[in-house]
Amino acid sequence: MPQPLDYLKETASQTAGPYVHIGLLPAMAGFDIFEKNFSNVLVTPNTEGERLTLEGKVLDGTGAPLRDVLLEVWQANASGRYNHPADRSAGALEQEFRGWGRAGSDFESGLVSFETIKPGAITDRAGRTCAPHVNVWIVARGINIGLNTRLYFSDEEAANAADPVLNLIEQPARRSTLIAKRGERAGKVVYSFTINLQGPEETVFFDV
Amino acid sequence: MNAQASALRDPRLNRPEPFAPPLGDGGFFQRDRSIHPPAHAPGYKSSVLRSPRQALLSLENSVSEITGPVFGHNDLGPLDNDLIRNYAKDGDPVGERIIVHGRVLDETGRGVPNTLVEFWQANAGGRYRHKKDTYLAPIDPNFGGCGRALTDDTGYYYFRTVKPGPYPWRNYVNSWRPAHIHFSVFGSGFAQRLITQMYFEGDPLIPVCPILTTIPDKDALDRLVAPLDLNGSTPFDSLAYRFDIVLRGQRSTYFENRTAGN
Repeated sequence: MPQPLDYLKETASQTAGPYVHIGLLPAMAGFDIFEKNFSNVLVTPNTEGERLTLEGKVLDGTGAPLRDVLLEVWQANASGRYNHPADRSAGALEQEFRGWGRAGSDFESGLVSFETIKPGAITDRAGRTCAPHVNVWIVARGINIGLNTRLYFSDEEAANAADPVLNLIEQPARRSTLIAKRGERAGKVVYSFTINLQGPEETVFFDV
Repeated sequence: MNAQASALRDPRLNRPEPFAPPLGDGGFFQRDRSIHPPAHAPGYKSSVLRSPRQALLSLENSVSEITGPVFGHNDLGPLDNDLIRNYAKDGDPVGERIIVHGRVLDETGRGVPNTLVEFWQANAGGRYRHKKDTYLAPIDPNFGGCGRALTDDTGYYYFRTVKPGPYPWRNYVNSWRPAHIHFSVFGSGFAQRLITQMYFEGDPLIPVCPILTTIPDKDALDRLVAPLDLNGSTPFDSLAYRFDIVLRGQRSTYFENRTAGN
């Protein structure tokens, strides 16, 4: 017998359930409890970069929007720098920009939105350049373990074409499931996305 | 932290030192999906239309996955880990007073310091304070049902609450959830993000719960069940339950494999 390896096992995931808002966004559950609350607004007045709204829906296998889904986003700032000590790249850090937000979908329309900025291109540890992207984590009733995906930007065609993660996707047509489309509404930039949990347009999800 | 609370600390004093190579900031250990519930678990009916059918694309961790949001005490209020007091209007909430405490560890056994732990639950009658919950058990005017804590430098967390009640839900006609507390944990990188549920030792609803039984591994299921911890209780005040949470471990970066000259 070799020596035992005494690693612990990860705790099993469980669904966030239909009442996830109580713990993570209590105002959506219908009450006010914490002095300070997390939200879908990532920017402060001082944040560098182009302001944008990132909005979309998560659709189930019948094409109906999930109206009880919760999304979190994690992104770099406009210089491509994550606000975390493990990012050793050269981009300028902005202490005020955490780069993280969470949002619940509207209970009627299923629409989810974030107020943020477009992140810069990322330089990974191997020195490769990665196209600007937002990392997305999805939980809801019926989702047993959080789903990881990414959103890229439709007006970054050249960067997207060279992105090492998009290029890992074998079928080029499936790469488009990760592209948020740029538009404008009332003079503001809006990037729209649809996350399909199933079907011919199923979004690419990652095992990270 | 008061004297009573500090007596709860270091519940693992007898535990051997964890296996601890230099704390890494490389990729996380590959997730062992065999201990997690599968996305498509037909006994939990809501999962049928909400589960991806294509294979997940395995992604070698890049800086996007090994980094994650950092939280601090400035994000929290003083009553955030006291569910008995953080929504009290004209008295204490109804129910069995309990302390829940434990550590957030990684797979090497090392405590995960300064990480955000959020929790939410039904009240003692099994009713959630949520506009979409219509169960006939009454709302408790003195109970909100949520809180949060930051682990200390050893990964330890604790909070005070009342024990939640079981409740019926629409899956089969007569499906009941065992008493449980939902937990959300961050870790240091976004790839460690985890939501789970804690159950209570001895609950007879555990083996018949359609959500819990989606977990294919008996030991993994058992690790979601918190034991009664009499030593952690406060005499004539509160019982205690112990719940440790394990997040993915992280590899060290021993050598940087970059081409010479780069």
